[in-house]
Amino acid sequence: MGEKQPAVRLRNISKSFGPVQANNNVSLDINRGEILALLGENGSGKTTLMNMLSGIYFPDSGSIEIDGKPASIGSPKDAFDYGIGMIHQHFKLVNVFTATENIVLGLRDKGKFDLEAAADKVRSICDAYGFDVDPHQKVYDMSVSQKQTVEIVKLLYRGAEILILDEPTAVLTPQETDKLFAVLRNMRDDGKAIIIITHKLNEVKDISDRVVVLRKGEYVGEMKTAEASTQEMTNMMVGHQVTLNIDRPDPEMKYRMERIRVSHLTVTNREGVTKLDDVSFSAYTGEILGIAGISGSGQKELLEAIAGLQPVESGSIEYNVDDNVSEQLIGMDPLKIADMGVVLSFVPEDRLGMGLVANMDLTDNMMLRSFRNGLSPLTNRSQPKHLAELVVDELEVDTPGVGTQVSKLSGGNVQKVLVGREIAAAPTVLLSAYAVRGLDVNSSYLIYDLLNRQKGNGVAVIYVGEDLDVLLELCDRILVLCGGKVSGIVDGRTTTKNEVGLMMTKLGGGEAS
Amino acid sequence: MMHIVKRKEMPLAQAMAIRFGIIGIALIVCGVITALMTGLNPIDVYATMIKGSFGSPRKVWILLQEVAILLCVSLALTPAFRMKFWNLGGEGQVLAGAFASAACMITLGNTVPGVLLIPIMLVAALAAGALWAAIPALFKARWDTNETLFTLMMNYVATQIVAYFVIVWEVPKGSGNIGIINQSTEAGWLPKIANNKYMLIVILAVLLTAAMYVYLTYSKQGYEISVVGESPSTARYVGIKVNKVIVRTLLISGAICGFTGLLLVSGSAHTLTTSIAGGRGFTAVMVAWLAKFNPLIMIGSSALLEFMESGAGEISTIYGLNQSFGDILTGIILFFIIGTEFFLTYRVVLSKKKEDTAHV
Repeated sequence: MGEKQPAVRLRNISKSFGPVQANNNVSLDINRGEILALLGENGSGKTTLMNMLSGIYFPDSGSIEIDGKPASIGSPKDAFDYGIGMIHQHFKLVNVFTATENIVLGLRDKGKFDLEAAADKVRSICDAYGFDVDPHQKVYDMSVSQKQTVEIVKLLYRGAEILILDEPTAVLTPQETDKLFAVLRNMRDDGKAIIIITHKLNEVKDISDRVVVLRKGEYVGEMKTAEASTQEMTNMMVGHQVTLNIDRPDPEMKYRMERIRVSHLTVTNREGVTKLDDVSFSAYTGEILGIAGISGSGQKELLEAIAGLQPVESGSIEYNVDDNVSEQLIGMDPLKIADMGVVLSFVPEDRLGMGLVANMDLTDNMMLRSFRNGLSPLTNRSQPKHLAELVVDELEVDTPGVGTQVSKLSGGNVQKVLVGREIAAAPTVLLSAYAVRGLDVNSSYLIYDLLNRQKGNGVAVIYVGEDLDVLLELCDRILVLCGGKVSGIVDGRTTTKNEVGLMMTKLGGGEAS
Repeated sequence: MMHIVKRKEMPLAQAMAIRFGIIGIALIVCGVITALMTGLNPIDVYATMIKGSFGSPRKVWILLQEVAILLCVSLALTPAFRMKFWNLGGEGQVLAGAFASAACMITLGNTVPGVLLIPIMLVAALAAGALWAAIPALFKARWDTNETLFTLMMNYVATQIVAYFVIVWEVPKGSGNIGIINQSTEAGWLPKIANNKYMLIVILAVLLTAAMYVYLTYSKQGYEISVVGESPSTARYVGIKVNKVIVRTLLISGAICGFTGLLLVSGSAHTLTTSIAGGRGFTAVMVAWLAKFNPLIMIGSSALLEFMESGAGEISTIYGLNQSFGDILTGIILFFIIGTEFFLTYRVVLSKKKEDTAHV
């Protein structure tokens, strides 16, 4: 035995789902008192690997040792018994319960059930690591970051020694991220083993001690964070040299005109909750307008209102055909908007559930917007097939053919199909929501490039994004939403991440402090 | 430990070979069960089933007509099912069409000339079936009611209406039966082709199958149905009016059911009873699912079910077996067919958990 026994030792782990090899012969060690970043592109097998550690999947082959002893983790309960806890991207909390009730839920402690004692224990855990949780607060009253905190405390309460966090910062503001990282450091110093799954390099630099990189399900290498640059990490993650700069050509000022003017837009959803509150802004031709905000701040409703999919309470959305003629878009459905001659393309957040039909092939998906063309009651598939082939060709979609169901494609390729179709319509307005979510580095840059080309063609591009680094590099102006209100519009070239981050929470939203 | 893993895609030829192989295995299992439970020679039993279905030209024609009618109901349900609108009201919609046809035959049989009567019946039957399906469709479109329960309930309403009118029109009074309608004049009876009263129904079913296949696969409306079924929010996103498509599709679905009701009354039974639909509204659900909503494959699945049905009837008379014995055999065969679909998509892996850890 050496000086230090790793907390977890994975050896030659493989796992496949049908034809997909999610993990192939992965071996790695996880140490106590260390924060390990598991880095890799989407689909590189990070989450699958960790799911095998937390008992959700069982490896096809390979072995797992916990503290030097062979372990067989067949269920999440087994994982708990080994002291392994995982925090998933989607929280698993009961909304109408308090923090403490959620934390003790499912525990079978001997003796009398004492909620107050449990609350005290929760408090002492919070004090030890610097969490900010009120044990008696109901989950529905909590912000996303508070819910995440409850999840973490839940694991610690159950005595977890090995904590896995799956993309924990995806839903947090920069300030909340800093807070999370501070408690993670406390937990590390307390001797816990912490694994954080991520693809954000800045955060890896910031928080981790060691980085393990996976690519296409295989272990490609590891490095000490202190000794590696983000460029090195990217190269290892992608497998070849990439440039990390996003282009931002200056808008063509000569032909610049106001294309869309939104004034005093208010939207209430079915439950009567105000999702957009008196929103006013303009989008110009030849410009990328970024929209930043914590998820659920009204981004979806804003885009859908412009696209004619969201009933509006009050306000107006004007589309300027030229300097003199303008059309009102409120009260129009997508078909009527198209009939007016307004070519408005929309890349929605939910690609397979809204932008495309998952179980149809590429050709049929290309036809979604155009199938009504012509007088015949029968569809004509030759044009859409041609378009599908063109998109596959130009955007390098990786597919066996245009007759393949889009649900069988990877996330990046699905997005290429969707963006390709929307751009093929030669739009004057391009709305996009989280256009690069879940995409690998290469596909993301391809999308940025496509958006920039649309901007160059004089299209008014509206880009709803979640990665502030990208918004700051790509967009000409950034509109920041907070709880359905516009908290400001800033110049993308001069603003800072900190400024935008503060504006995201300025108006309160779900956060009281 | 055992877990389930999704399979790699299988070539169609291999999948079909497995499906037919499974039917073979199912027949062997049925044979063993027959021998154990009844002491009869299973080969004889199968031979009797085949003889019962194909033993004479008349039996073959009856079987074809039954297949045709079941196929029509299945085709009627298919557009709704493709849209993921679970229309379980086929029974009631067929009954509505049958009722409308019979009503026309009884009330107009002696006054309207034959050439006009059948078109009037056709319009009435289509409208009645369509109405019966449109009511739940409108509620679904407007208030998002549960279509499964609603269509199911509509069946009982239809049955009670027919029960009422059977008493109103009963001949002779007090018999509780309508009897053969227009027996002497044959007014409103579908014409025979080449002196064969079954042929017309079979031809109509074939035409309907082809039409439905083209409608669903190549028409713009068929495409809209698929989009709405797969993803209503995608449909809205591209400007398809989901509610309109729901109502339109159910009008079609109900109208074809109504048409089948006309075939039953005017083409084969020439009377009206509460049980004239004979459970086909439900059997058709199975036919459509077995064929994965493909009209062409439905010819095969409806033929299989009707063959089992008529064969079961035959063995129960010949061997004096309980009527249900045929149903048991049908159930076993369906169980195998449906089970196969699972194993064509997934495979079960027994993991060598013990060895894995032991060797470390």
